[in-house]
Amino acid sequence: MAKEFIIKRYWKILSRPTSVGLGLILVFGFAAGIIFWGGFNTSMEMTNQEEFCIGCHEMRDNVYEEYKTTIHYSNRSGVRAICSDCHVPKEWGPKIVRKIQASKELYGKIAGTIDTREKFLDHRLAMATREWARMKANDSQECRNCHNFEFMDFSEQGGRAMNIHNQAIKDGNTCIDCHKGIAHELPDMRNVEGWGSISPAHGKGGDSQ
Amino acid sequence: MSTQKRTVKYLASTFALCLSCVVSLTSAAPAGNTAIRNNDLNIEAPAVPLKKNIDEDGVMDREFVQQPPLIPHDIRGYQVDKNVNKCLACHSWKNAKKWGATRISVTHFYDRDGNQLADVAPGRYFCLQCHVPQADAKPLIDNQFKPVESLDN
Repeated sequence: MAKEFIIKRYWKILSRPTSVGLGLILVFGFAAGIIFWGGFNTSMEMTNQEEFCIGCHEMRDNVYEEYKTTIHYSNRSGVRAICSDCHVPKEWGPKIVRKIQASKELYGKIAGTIDTREKFLDHRLAMATREWARMKANDSQECRNCHNFEFMDFSEQGGRAMNIHNQAIKDGNTCIDCHKGIAHELPDMRNVEGWGSISPAHGKGGDSQ
Repeated sequence: MSTQKRTVKYLASTFALCLSCVVSLTSAAPAGNTAIRNNDLNIEAPAVPLKKNIDEDGVMDREFVQQPPLIPHDIRGYQVDKNVNKCLACHSWKNAKKWGATRISVTHFYDRDGNQLADVAPGRYFCLQCHVPQADAKPLIDNQFKPVESLDN
């Protein structure tokens, strides 16, 4: 009897909350929302920083060292593109998808898949191919966040670049079709379409081993 | 064996003698007043600004008949190693037409023994051993060199 009474009483309180209670829930809910959302976003932004990316030696000793020699690291006007500018989409949805995919890289870190330079080079073609495919699929979105055909003044470009960019627009090509290996060294390109030049190190073309 | 050793010893001592002569001569030379420098050797010269690479996409004149053609464009970051040859990505016979680039000469298909190969000979793989980009820089010393008539620059 008493049990039933308690349940009824609480149900009454819950189903007909006082305006003060409702107001409190709203206020606290709002505040908690801000804190959680802000915290989530802040921590996600933190994982987009260069310091975070080169926090593990796999990135610092390989790709980062190579990138330091390129124009996206050092140039006349001092504008830089850091890791996340090219490797993480800016839009919220694709960014979350990429971040979730990246969590798989934690397993790689634990398993030590690329923890030496040799292992890294062994995996370089697979990793590069994955990144080329991603950029091909999103029409080189990360390049175009800064480099956009619409706003390129072709007359300021060299003759070579002007002709090829014009042709690329006609053919519907995307940046990554040609601009591979601009921020990192290239893997073995023998079987990559449009490259495929020989190398003596591969035992083709004569008296090499 | 001993003859060889003696020869090596002889060569080494001759070399050392020559070296010491050169060193003593250069140190004895008066400071400043050299052919290339305008300032006193003992005073640090102001750094000359770095020269800009020529990036004009045209074909540069050759100064002598056997001169390897010069690279008329910027090649910053171009990778040439065992994985990839960025030059050949445009200048190989396979790719040149697509990019409107100059094809490499057929001489690059011969190895050092004169055998003709199906592709670039390994000895010719490293393009920059012969072909170089140019900076917009005046010669430090004037010279009277003129290309032969046949080049008609």
